[in-house]
Amino acid sequence: MIRKNIVIGAMLGALLSFGTAQAHGFKVGEIEIGHPSSRAMLPVAKVGGGYMKLTNNGADDRLVSATSDRAGSVEFHEMKMDGGIMQMRELPNGVTLPAGKTIELKPGGYHVMFMNVTQPFKEGEMIKTTLVFEKAGPVEVEFSVGPVAGDKNEHAEH
Amino acid sequence: MAPKNPFMMVAGVVSGLFVLALVGVMVWMTSATPRAGGFNANFSLVNDRGEEVDQSLFKGSPSLVYFGYTHCPEVCPTTLLEVTSYLKELGDAGSPLKTYFFTVDPERDTPEIMRGYVTAFSDRITGVTGAPEEMQKVISGWRAFARKQPNKSGGYSMSHTMDLFLIGADGRLKGLIPYGADQDEAVEKIRAVLPQA
Repeated sequence: MIRKNIVIGAMLGALLSFGTAQAHGFKVGEIEIGHPSSRAMLPVAKVGGGYMKLTNNGADDRLVSATSDRAGSVEFHEMKMDGGIMQMRELPNGVTLPAGKTIELKPGGYHVMFMNVTQPFKEGEMIKTTLVFEKAGPVEVEFSVGPVAGDKNEHAEH
Repeated sequence: MAPKNPFMMVAGVVSGLFVLALVGVMVWMTSATPRAGGFNANFSLVNDRGEEVDQSLFKGSPSLVYFGYTHCPEVCPTTLLEVTSYLKELGDAGSPLKTYFFTVDPERDTPEIMRGYVTAFSDRITGVTGAPEEMQKVISGWRAFARKQPNKSGGYSMSHTMDLFLIGADGRLKGLIPYGADQDEAVEKIRAVLPQA
């Protein structure tokens, strides 16, 4: 009986956590990659954002590049909202990951940009991507695709 | 009767000043005399069906106008989704309202792309694109902002205004709805420009 409740509890937790995708993570060297996620893209959209939490338990490192079969190229951008204006700029040197710090790539800040996407991401898909760190090296991760940006049904992000 | 908590008094004064400032902005925006050169522009563009459109688009019906682009991963879809939800809440009363999505990236956003993009949200939103120099007239004319930001890969992103422009049937700017605005406040602002039943 207790066992059954635990199972039901776990299922409910999974349902509540992020629609279809549960929190997931990856690790390479001393770098932890927490819940890489993206958004469902509109039918004709060519770009998609990618978000994740990067925790560096080792020495200074840097996320230098990324590739994915689903995108012509993968870039790192910074979004800033200032005085009613959204500013976008590429981070030409990637994302700096200071020792012992967690850097969150999230809407409204640093993020991954999947460019020239030919098949728009659909909710529930996993987007295989290789992240390359200057010191920790390359690692295969999967970005789980959530609802379209701004979807009010999205309550929790992990 | 005076509140004992000094923080409440400070909060009261601050919110009072805020309301005063807001009222000031509203009065300024709805003032009967349009300021020379501001919030208007003559232009010649095309809608997402490829039909020619000009400044008369903003006359005769109130409209909600957004300047964005389809290579926009976050802010533009969020805003258009919010617009869709405003339209839903307004229901039939909102039928006189026109909604336009002007692209700040007309080089890549062809009428076909615009059509595919806006119709993914609602059949009530009309995409507008055309010659970049004509689009610039609208952007400057309505005091919006858009700038190309080149990437090392040879591509580019656009920096742009995030506010929704609320324009009255008289073609004058009635207010702005900022990014992430509270739905109730936004819908109230829109109702104020709709013809009274």
